[in-house]
Amino acid sequence: MLQRKIPLFIVFVMGFLMTVQFYIPHPVSQTLYKYVLDWMNGVASMAIVLAVGSLIMHHWRRLKKPEFAPYSAVALVSLFFMAILGFFFGIGEGSLFQKMFENVQIPLQATMFSLLAFYMASAAYRAFRARNLEATLLLLSAFILMIGIIPLGYYIHPKISDFALWILNVPNLAAKRGIMIGVGLGMMATSLKIILGIERNWLGG
Amino acid sequence: MGVALLLFLLSQVSPTFNLRAVDTPNDAGGSITLTWQIPEGLEHIDRLEIYRSESPEGPFEKIRTYLSPVTRFQDMGLENGKNYYYKVVITSGGETVESEIAGPVIARPQWFHKGRVTILFGVLIYTLILLYFIFSAKKGKELYLRPIAGLKALDEAIGRATEMGKPILYVPGLSTISDVATIASINILSHVTRKIAEYETKIIVPNRNPVVYTVTREVVKEAFTSAGRPDLFDPDSVFYVTDSQFGYAAAVSGIMIREKTATNLFLGMFWAESLILAETGASTGAIQIAGTDAVTQLPFFITACDYTLIGEELYAASAYLSKEPVLRATLKGQDAMKLLLGLILILGSIFGLFGITWFQKLF
Repeated sequence: MLQRKIPLFIVFVMGFLMTVQFYIPHPVSQTLYKYVLDWMNGVASMAIVLAVGSLIMHHWRRLKKPEFAPYSAVALVSLFFMAILGFFFGIGEGSLFQKMFENVQIPLQATMFSLLAFYMASAAYRAFRARNLEATLLLLSAFILMIGIIPLGYYIHPKISDFALWILNVPNLAAKRGIMIGVGLGMMATSLKIILGIERNWLGG
Repeated sequence: MGVALLLFLLSQVSPTFNLRAVDTPNDAGGSITLTWQIPEGLEHIDRLEIYRSESPEGPFEKIRTYLSPVTRFQDMGLENGKNYYYKVVITSGGETVESEIAGPVIARPQWFHKGRVTILFGVLIYTLILLYFIFSAKKGKELYLRPIAGLKALDEAIGRATEMGKPILYVPGLSTISDVATIASINILSHVTRKIAEYETKIIVPNRNPVVYTVTREVVKEAFTSAGRPDLFDPDSVFYVTDSQFGYAAAVSGIMIREKTATNLFLGMFWAESLILAETGASTGAIQIAGTDAVTQLPFFITACDYTLIGEELYAASAYLSKEPVLRATLKGQDAMKLLLGLILILGSIFGLFGITWFQKLF
């Protein structure tokens, strides 16, 4: 019972304090905010130890399964190799750690990011099939927008660029703002439910 | 002789600067804000200097030099409760013009942020509306909720994975625990896990953030326990992947392909990796339900997933799935507040059309 009541009490007190803190610019309030942030950093540091432990254990167990073993072996070797490099040879400018990061990690990340271009093409193909009225409207507005933002659009008709901008700044922005108002209210309702202890699913049920 | 004296006196009179020095409002103290006007006839400015002193007689210390005609400056790092005096000196075409001395002015910390009064009122009104609906629900009043297709499909998605004997992938977003979208996702994870415990299906929860990992692990474990099946909890099902955004996207894409997940749930905060995840999932033929409050990622999820929870639906999901009247009542509160905001927007637009501005100034 206490296992549930204590977290709920801490959440209520801290939630109330941090809400009040938002309206108080006084140094007392700023100090409290900084103190809470420091605590968060402290908790996050401890969580990193657990997370790395989980990563090692997860891949260690997978080494025993032939279908996953090669991937897990690469993950574990890379993890320990980089850790050894960092701990024993430093992470400063010109170090092997830095070189590995710049010449392996960054290009790999860039490769994943560049995949987006191909995925966008396949997603656009699926979205722009005019199967119903909504999809047809989407196709039309996307076509006008794409034509409108390139110089060719202006040469076809000077008003196309203005119309494309109108689509972007009026119906598109209106929809975005509508979603954002709903999101803001949803965030507040969720926060309030958690602070008041009405929502307890974050405790696992 | 008389004309020369008049010219001399005129040259000594300070042109109008209207220099004002005030304690910076709504701050933690230690700051004074200066405002002034550029005197007429000084269109071209070579240098504008700001001086500060602790006495009107001086000595004045130069604290800032500008080469453009600025009209505002915030002096920071001051001692609270101490008198300060200021003056502005402009050099234009070899001529130096000095402002009147402004002060004494004292920097003080404030106990209430007056610029946030409107937000406070909004929060109070919204809280009252939510509490009204919560108490109405506690009294047993029936509340109708509009169906949300994505949430209605959740049972079907879990059932499909069970029938196929394949695992369910749950991605709780890529943000930190401080993000409300992550907390909303964790609330949904609890419901999903209890349902999974009922169906005896496997769940995979890869995490990007170490704190989120520790929370999701506990939530999944507790949900299996509260569903009466603690034996079904697999410690290997909730794990940390990496902090790297695209490293995470690559790992989760690999999991979808290798594990052949039958259902993919992407709920939380996402950035550019959203389409990589959703398109990979779509290519494996998995049923996909996504939900995010990231407006820029919504089109990608709508395109590549079977169902998408748009914005606030992500926050409504936990209450919707719980079937608890008190939780569901908050959804009615959200709708009521939206109605109120809609009315305010319409009224503001009408008043604006007729040139009435007092209503807009209220906000």
